[in-house]
Amino acid sequence: MKFVTTFVLASALLQAGSAQAVTSATTQQQAAHVLNRLSFGPRPGEIDQVAAMGVRHYIDAQLDPASMPVPPALQARLDALDTINRPAGAVLKDYVASNKQARDETEASKASRRAVLDHMSRDTLDARVLRALESPRQLEEVMVDFWFNHFNVFIGKSSDRALVASYERDAIRPYAMGSFRDLLAATATHPAMLYYLDNVQSSAASQKPNGKSTGLNENYARELMELHTLGVDAGYTQQDVTELARMLTGWTYDQHALITDNQTFRFDPRRHDTGTKTWLGRTIAPDGQREGEQALDVLALHPATARHISYELAQYFVQDAPPPALVDKMARSWEQSGGDIRTVLRTMFYSAEFMAPAALNTKFKTPYRYVLSAARAAAAPVVNVQPLLSAMNQLGMPLYGCQTPDGYKNTESAWLNPDALSRRIAFATSLAAGKLAVAPMLSPAPAPVDATTLNATLGSTISARTQAIVAQAPGPLRAAMLLGSPDFMQY
Amino acid sequence: MQRRSFLHTLAASAALVVPFGKSSWAATSVDAKPTKNKLIVVMLRGAVDGLNVVAPVGDANYARLRPTIGLGVPGAANGAIDLDGYFGLHPALAPLLPLWQQKQLAFVHASGSPDPTRSHFDAQDYMESATPGRKDTQTGWMNRVVTQLPGASTASRALAIGAVMPRILSGPAAAMNLANGAAGVKANVLDRPDVAAAFDQLYAGSSRMAQVYADGRSAHHEVMTAAEAREMQLADNGAPLPNGFPDDAARLAQLMRNDANIQLAFVALGGWDTHASQGGATGQLANRLAPLAQGLAVLAQRLGPLFDTTTIVVMSEFGRTARENGNGGTDHGHGNVMWVLGGGVAGGKVLGEWAGVGDAALNEGRDLPVTTDFRSVLAQIAEKHLRLGDQQLVQLFPALPKRGPGFDLIRA
Repeated sequence: MKFVTTFVLASALLQAGSAQAVTSATTQQQAAHVLNRLSFGPRPGEIDQVAAMGVRHYIDAQLDPASMPVPPALQARLDALDTINRPAGAVLKDYVASNKQARDETEASKASRRAVLDHMSRDTLDARVLRALESPRQLEEVMVDFWFNHFNVFIGKSSDRALVASYERDAIRPYAMGSFRDLLAATATHPAMLYYLDNVQSSAASQKPNGKSTGLNENYARELMELHTLGVDAGYTQQDVTELARMLTGWTYDQHALITDNQTFRFDPRRHDTGTKTWLGRTIAPDGQREGEQALDVLALHPATARHISYELAQYFVQDAPPPALVDKMARSWEQSGGDIRTVLRTMFYSAEFMAPAALNTKFKTPYRYVLSAARAAAAPVVNVQPLLSAMNQLGMPLYGCQTPDGYKNTESAWLNPDALSRRIAFATSLAAGKLAVAPMLSPAPAPVDATTLNATLGSTISARTQAIVAQAPGPLRAAMLLGSPDFMQY
Repeated sequence: MQRRSFLHTLAASAALVVPFGKSSWAATSVDAKPTKNKLIVVMLRGAVDGLNVVAPVGDANYARLRPTIGLGVPGAANGAIDLDGYFGLHPALAPLLPLWQQKQLAFVHASGSPDPTRSHFDAQDYMESATPGRKDTQTGWMNRVVTQLPGASTASRALAIGAVMPRILSGPAAAMNLANGAAGVKANVLDRPDVAAAFDQLYAGSSRMAQVYADGRSAHHEVMTAAEAREMQLADNGAPLPNGFPDDAARLAQLMRNDANIQLAFVALGGWDTHASQGGATGQLANRLAPLAQGLAVLAQRLGPLFDTTTIVVMSEFGRTARENGNGGTDHGHGNVMWVLGGGVAGGKVLGEWAGVGDAALNEGRDLPVTTDFRSVLAQIAEKHLRLGDQQLVQLFPALPKRGPGFDLIRA
């Protein structure tokens, strides 16, 4: 009935032709906006809750995730996933063992190898999706998505299948709202990154007695400056890339020590290039591991890094083309706080630009966000996350599946295309009809999503025009139409 | 889905919706006789190692620079396939040899972008916008081709394979994308009349999203029609192909044969960033090249008579270091090799200015110089194959150097 009332109001508004020029957002709109941007979208009742507690209170709580307990039901599900709760070395041991079986492959050993590998990735994927759906610490989950893409590694690159769970748990999550310098070091020294961008193998150029040459690998050094810190236009040269690679020689891990002692990082002085380097106009005297640490110090606090990452954050949280004044403000906040991520986020969330009408409902959802926000809004009981993961795959955004180090983009131009819209509509239709196998075991089977509840859940994020069209449609299609509407593609 | 109900769907939705194809391009001049010639671009994202694709095995420096990953001389163990007595083709590319022998395959070596960046992402952006050094170009050059080609467009005139719309096809002209694999040509939920009617209303209007939706709806209709014809043809068309590019290539060929409107197509393949353990005649790079070669051969074969009027370009954002690195791989370089295939290609040649891989010839002492601007190769194809005039070429490739490539890629 509520739906009908809303519809009548909406259509009355339409008929009166009162396309209100919004000058400032109402409390409900602000609540919907912070839920859209600081979380993966409103669940039933949340817009009202945030409006009641106050938008500022919500932002502050999200910036302090430890203040919000993880619900026991979610914790129990996470505890049951063993890959994410084991040391990196232990998981890698299983990975290596299962690869060994492959050499004298029988059908049975093939199956057991596949089972081990599937299990590994499934746990990692499950944990990420369950947290994103259920955790009250939503901003932390959003920041994990942001930083994982920023410091991307690819689960499909051999050992990284085993190491991704630890990478997210040990190198990303603890620092998601902490010090950028700590985050940078944690990624630089994690075996998942060392392996993914090949620094594990990089060493001073030399000729071994057996004729095999060893030498420099530039891959990590280049992406460290281009993607992780300074940004591509910061003015560094090929020479700077090579010199930084030399400074980072010896930053590696030893697979045996990782498997037996969980030693995730090792500085190997024998691999290190002991010459003097010239990097970004500085002379770097030989100093072993300290050279690389010095580089991270310089990079983390470099004005180009402050600007590059402020721009990325503002693009992710505010607008595809973020207002330059906002980026300036954030970069200053970065420099003043010494790269404290929480401080920069607070500057952004409390800026006028963040709440400006131009920022409201204007971002186009990535496939990851679209799928998660639909499941959250529909409040579908999710026992099995596989259908959600399949939808992300089909939409071109497999979780942990970005092969290239730049990670997934989050702009409309990257994700809006004809195929995407029809696939999202197909997903919305299945989810709304209760036909997505997210809860295959539940008996009785989950009911179709109730359109009236859904409409209330989404509040002002659904335009009056869309509400009016939906209200006139056949009942069984209404929930699908809301989830597949142009309004719900945006946030 | 049954043909009848499919048509019914269309009828039902057409009655409700705002015009299909409202974004159709209609820049026609009545007396121009629009060409039906076709262009397919395959982009190897990640910088393929061109010096192991078309290897200068006749230069003694090559073996010195690449002691573990270099290809052998033709006839030797791990040898390349002889092309012209100096260059050798990677053995995993053997399926392309018949095209080379029929002079329908040419290579342009030491080609690429004049911009010196060794960033994958900037270099790809420049290759897709065709404006090296400029990041503010809004449109991709293949999208600009659609706007410049005479004749009316339908939504499927330009087609990308994959779940996202690539930069190269982004812009005001309608373009469609089809999922990889068989999913791209399957009926979808919008083929149900009730669902279509509902969403057509929601997506009515002139917003960007509404346009994309309408393009998708009409392109899907065309593709489904072409795909249905495809099923009839499959019976006489040979063995199933492995998943991935060969399979997508076969599907693309069938769609192009069955839908005369498809004139431009784009496919991107990843996995070429071989910083470590890339292998030589066998190994990681070989394992990537093999399905690429198979797919291109399948594409050429299954296009059938259409291959005569099709040009296929394979390109990658930059090449890799001439010297192998310490890890049996190669780092980011500069010049690379472009591959050009087609019935009208003046092939059987490795083209472009070439000075060898001696120390003095290398760019910055590490990689191939760019002696042929990639835009001049594309411009020649646009001019001679797609029959575009000077005015149109300026739109496609602004700031194109006056100097042409110095060779003829397309037979007169």
